[in-house]
Amino acid sequence: MNATTTASILATTLALGPSVLYATLGEIVGQRAGIVNLGIEGVMLVGAAVGFAAGVVFGNSYLGLLAGAGAGLAFNMLMAAMTVTRGTNQLATGFALYFLGVGVSTLIGDQYIGSSVGGVGQFHLPGLGLLPHPWSNIFDQDLLVWLMFPTAVLLWWLLFHTRWGLHVRAVGEDRQRAYAAGLHPDRIRYQALAIAGALSGLSGAHLAVAYTKTWQDGITAGRGFVVISIVILALWHPVRAIPGALLFTAAVATGLQLQALGVPVSPFLLDMLPYVVTIAVVLIWGRPKAFAIPAALQEVFVGTST
Amino acid sequence: MTELALTLRERPRLSAVARRLVWVLVGFAVYCALILLYGKNPLAALHDTFTNTLGSTYGFEQVVIKMIPLVLTAMAVAVPARIGLVNVGGEGQLFLGGLCATGAAITFTSLPAWVLLPLMSLFAIIGGGALAAVAGWLRARGWLSEVFSTVLFNYIAILAVSVLVFGPWRDPTSSNYPQTRLFVPAAQIPHIGSSQVDITVFVAIAVVIAFDLVLRRTRWGLEMRAIGANPQAAARNGVPVRRYIVACMFVGGALAGLAGMDQVAGLQLRLNTGISSGFGYLGFLISWLSGHNPRLIVPMSFLLALLAAGGDVLQITQSLPYALVNVMSAVLLIIVLFGRSAGVRSVS
Amino acid sequence: MTTALPGPPDARTDEIPLAARGIVKRFGRVLALDRADFELRPGVHVLLGENGAGKSTLVKILYGRVNADEGEIFLRGAPVEIRTPADARRLGIGLVFQDFSLIPALTVAENVALFLPELSRLLRRTQIEGRISELCQHLGIDVDPTVRVGTLSVPEQQRVEIIRVLLGGARILIFDEPTSALPPHETDAFFEIFRRLRDDGYPIVFITHKLREVFALGDHVTVMRRGTVIDTLPIELATEQRLVELMFGQAELATRTSEVGVRSGGAPVLELAGVTTTGPGRRLVDIDLSVSAGELVGVAGVSGNGQRELGDVILGAARLARGKRVLFGRDASRWTVRQIREGGVGFIGENALGMELIWSMTLEENLALGSLSRFSRAGGMSIDWPAVQEHFEQAFSELGLKPPDRNARASTLSGGNLQRFVIARELARRPKLIVALDPARGLDVRSANIVRRLLAKARNEGAGVLLISQDLAELSELCDRIVVLHEGGIVADVAPDETDAYQLGRFMSGAESSA
Repeated sequence: MNATTTASILATTLALGPSVLYATLGEIVGQRAGIVNLGIEGVMLVGAAVGFAAGVVFGNSYLGLLAGAGAGLAFNMLMAAMTVTRGTNQLATGFALYFLGVGVSTLIGDQYIGSSVGGVGQFHLPGLGLLPHPWSNIFDQDLLVWLMFPTAVLLWWLLFHTRWGLHVRAVGEDRQRAYAAGLHPDRIRYQALAIAGALSGLSGAHLAVAYTKTWQDGITAGRGFVVISIVILALWHPVRAIPGALLFTAAVATGLQLQALGVPVSPFLLDMLPYVVTIAVVLIWGRPKAFAIPAALQEVFVGTST
Repeated sequence: MTELALTLRERPRLSAVARRLVWVLVGFAVYCALILLYGKNPLAALHDTFTNTLGSTYGFEQVVIKMIPLVLTAMAVAVPARIGLVNVGGEGQLFLGGLCATGAAITFTSLPAWVLLPLMSLFAIIGGGALAAVAGWLRARGWLSEVFSTVLFNYIAILAVSVLVFGPWRDPTSSNYPQTRLFVPAAQIPHIGSSQVDITVFVAIAVVIAFDLVLRRTRWGLEMRAIGANPQAAARNGVPVRRYIVACMFVGGALAGLAGMDQVAGLQLRLNTGISSGFGYLGFLISWLSGHNPRLIVPMSFLLALLAAGGDVLQITQSLPYALVNVMSAVLLIIVLFGRSAGVRSVS
Repeated sequence: MTTALPGPPDARTDEIPLAARGIVKRFGRVLALDRADFELRPGVHVLLGENGAGKSTLVKILYGRVNADEGEIFLRGAPVEIRTPADARRLGIGLVFQDFSLIPALTVAENVALFLPELSRLLRRTQIEGRISELCQHLGIDVDPTVRVGTLSVPEQQRVEIIRVLLGGARILIFDEPTSALPPHETDAFFEIFRRLRDDGYPIVFITHKLREVFALGDHVTVMRRGTVIDTLPIELATEQRLVELMFGQAELATRTSEVGVRSGGAPVLELAGVTTTGPGRRLVDIDLSVSAGELVGVAGVSGNGQRELGDVILGAARLARGKRVLFGRDASRWTVRQIREGGVGFIGENALGMELIWSMTLEENLALGSLSRFSRAGGMSIDWPAVQEHFEQAFSELGLKPPDRNARASTLSGGNLQRFVIARELARRPKLIVALDPARGLDVRSANIVRRLLAKARNEGAGVLLISQDLAELSELCDRIVVLHEGGIVADVAPDETDAYQLGRFMSGAESSA
C-alpha cells in the first residue's frame, strides 16, 4: 500500500469517527447511569433523518446537525419514560425504540430522497495544513471530527470530577443506596438519557449531513449495535472510547479503500471486517475487570422470563 | 422493597382480560391515528385490509405464509428466554439456515424430495443452531453476553449470504438481481393441496405445541424453569446450567434456521438477499409481546402477519408507506410493555 | 475537636436531644411497635432486647427509613417530621447501618462525598481526602481515602461508615448492632473509637442484644420487648439478672440441649487436600480438611473469611485451582455438582430462597429438582410425580415433622419453614456427607433448635457433618471438632472442651495460628 492509500484510509477513519464516537460517548453516559439502550440504532436513524431533513429545508447543514441532536434527545426521552418512570424491561424497550426509529426515520427520510445538502465545511487545525501531500488530507476534517477529542475529555471530566458525575455513577452502581444517600435516581437517569440521546442523534445526523450528504434507508447500517460493543471495549471510560470507535471506522475505511482499488475480494467479505474485528477485540481485551462495569447493568443482562 | 412499591402493588388493577382489551383498543386507536396522519380514511384502510387478507382465500393464505417464519423466529427467542437468555440474532440465524439449506439444495440435486428436504432441513438446523450456539458458548463461559454477540453475528451472517449470492452461487441467467438458480423441484417444499401455503406451517405449530409440552411435563422443562427463575439455585441443585445455555441457544438458532429454510425452499425457491424482511427482529418483538409464552406466540404472529400483509395492501390501494408497519409494530410492543409494568417500580 | 466536624449538640442544656412518643408500626399483620416511648439520655444510651423486640424498627423510624403509623418524634423538645433519611440527616441524626450503605465500586472519598451536606459542583477530591485524613487522625484509625470501598475488609468498611456519618453532619449517632460482623479482637478496637466519640460529647444510641456490651459501654440502658419499651435504667442500677428479667419477662436461663455425640473413627467422607480457589470473593488458600463418618466438624470464623467459598468448593459450585477434593474415598476433584450431589452430599445453606430453592416453584417441584435422576422417566420425557409425593411425605414423617403443603410455592413459606423443608429434603436423600452453612441463622428459637437437633441426629446415624457457622455457642454445643477459617485458610483445629470463646476469637481474627 502506498502513501495515498494509507492517507486515504486514515482520512476516512477520522471522517467516519463522529458517526460512531458521539453515540458511544452518549451510551457510556447512559450505561454509567445504569441503562442499556439496544435501540441506539433507532435513535441514530431518527437523528439522521431529522438532521438531513432540516438541512435540506433550511439549507444549512449546521442547523441540520443541531436538529438531529435535538431529535435524538427527544426520541430518547421515550426510552426514559418507559424504563425509568414505568420500569419496563430495558432490552425489550430498546428494541421497540429500534423498530420505531427504523419506521419513523424511513417515513421522514423518504420525503427527501434525492435531495442533497451542502455538507459541513472542512478546515485544518492551524499548523497541520503544512504537512506534505497526501498526508495533509488526513487533517482536512470538519468541526465535529475535531470536536470528538475534546468532547470525550469533557465527558470524562464530567463523570469523574463533578458532583453530577458522581451522582450518575452512584445511581448506576446501586440505585437503592444512591436513593438512601438522598439522590434522585430517576431525575439523574433522565438527564443521562437526554445526553445520550442528543449525542446519538448527533452521530446519525453527521453521517447523513456531513459524510454521505444524501439520505438512504438504514443509513447507519448497524452502527448503533456496534456502539454497544465499543462501550464494553472502552470499559465505560469516555477517553478509551476514542481508540475503540476509530478501530471500527478504520476497518470500514480499509474495506472501502480495498474495494475502490479493485482488490478481487468480495466487497461483502470486506464489509464483514469491522464486525469481526469488533468481536475479536472485545473477546481478547474487553473482558471487564472488577468494578469496571456499572453494577446496575448486571441485573439487566440476567434477562427475564415471564 | 420500599413501602412505595408495596402500596403500588396493592392498588386495584383491571383483570387480565380487561387489561388486554384495553391494549387492543389503544393499539387500534393509534393505528387509526397514524392513517389519519397521512390523510387517509382509516375505515377505508381497514376495509381494504380485511377484504384483501381475511376476506379472500388468496389474501388469507398470504397472511399464513407470512406468519410461518414469524412463529419460528419468535420461538427462536422464546426458547432461550425461558432460561433468561436474550437472543437478538434471529435474523442472522435465519439467513445462515437458509444459506446452509441452499448449499444442500444445489449440491444434492439428484436426490429425491423425501431425502433432500429432510437433509436441507438438517443443514438449516445446524447452520442456524451453530451460529446461536457459539453465542451461547461465549455466554456460558462468561466471556460475552449473548445480547452483543448475536447482534454482531447477524451482520456477519447476512453478509455471508451476499458473498455467496453475488459470487460463486450466482445464477448467470438472472443478470440484474443477484440470486441462485431456481431450486430443483425436489428441493421445493410442497404446498398444502392447491393453496399457496407450504407444509412448514405444520412444523411451526408442532414446534409450539412440543415446546409447551416439554416445559410442563418433562424433566428438561423443570430444569429450564428452574434456571429461568434462579440460575444460581438451579446450579447448586445439580442442574447443568452451562449445557442448557448452549443447548437452548442452539434450539433457538435452529428454529430461526428453519424459518430460513422455509423462505428459500418454500417461498422464494432460491437464495437471495431478500429472503427476510426483518423476520428475525419481528420474532423478537412477537416473543416479547407474548411474554415468551408459546401459547400466545401463534396468535401474536398471526396478528403481526396480518399487519404486515395489510401494509403491503395499503401501499398499493391507499399509497400508505410500508414503514408504517414498523411504526405500528413498535407501538404495539410499547403498549404491551407499558401495560405490563404497572406498579413494578420500587425506588422513586 | 477539629474544624472538620460539625460538632455535637450543646451538652450544657438539659433538653432531651431526641425523643419518640407513642410510636405504632405495623408490617402487614405484624405489630412491630406498640406505642413505644423513647427518650435519649446523655452519653451512650443502649437499646437492649432480643430479636424481634422492635429496636431496629424504632431506630429506622428515627432515621426516616421507615415511617410510623402513629406517634411523634421530638428533637430538642420540638416536634419534627422525619419522612426520609434525608430529613433525618438534615436534622443531624446519623445512623451507622448494619448492612452498610456504601457503594463498593466507588472510592472511600467518593462515598463520603455523597453524604456531605454541601458538596460543591466541582469535586474537590484533595479537600475531601484531607478532611477524611484529619478525622481519621482524631479517631485514631487509618483509612486510605483513595481506595475503592469494595476492596476493604468489613471492619474497615465500618470505619468508613462512621466517617461518612460524622462528616455528613451528624450530631446524634445511632449504631445498629455494630459488632455483629466483627470478631472479638476487632470489637475492642471499635469500642475505642466509640469511647472517643462519646468523650467528644455526641449522644449515642447503641443497639445490641449482647449484655457484655451494655456494661462495657453504656451509660443508660432501655430494654424493649415485643414492640414496647419495658424500662429505662441508668447503668449503675442495672444487673445482668435484672436486664435478663426485663428482656425475657422472667429470669429463665436458656437451656442447652447437648446430645452426646458418637465419636466414631469412621472412614473419611470428605478430604480436602491443599485446596485453593480463585476469585471472585474470598480465595481459599491451601485448605486441608477432613470429615469422617459419624463426626460433626465445625468451621468457625468471622463472615467473609471463606465460609461460603468452602461450602461452594465442596458442593462443586466453585472450581479447584489447586488441590484435591476426595469424597467417600474417590477423587472428586473434577466432578460436577450433579455428580457430587448424587454421590451422597447434602447441602443446607443459609439463604434457602436465594441459594437452594426456586421461589416460583412448588415445594413438590423443589423436592423433585433435588433428585431428578431418581424421579425422571423415559430418559427425561416425564417425571414420576406419585413417587415424588410419596418421597415428600416420607421425608417429613421420618424426622417427626409435619409436612407442609406440597403444592405451596416456596415463596409463601416463612424462613423457619423453608429451612425445615430444605433439611427434610436433604436428609431424605440419605446423604453420607452433610454440609450446613449457618443453617439456623435468623430463625426463631424453635426452628433453630429443630435444625440443630436434626444435624446431630444425622451425625448419630453415621453421616459426616460439616457445620460452618458464625455462632460459637452452636458450634461448641454440637461439634466434635472445630476448625477455624481465617482469610481463606485453616488456622486451627481444636476440640471444643479444650478451648474457649476468646481463644477461638483470636484464631478467627488471625492473631494466632496453631495449624
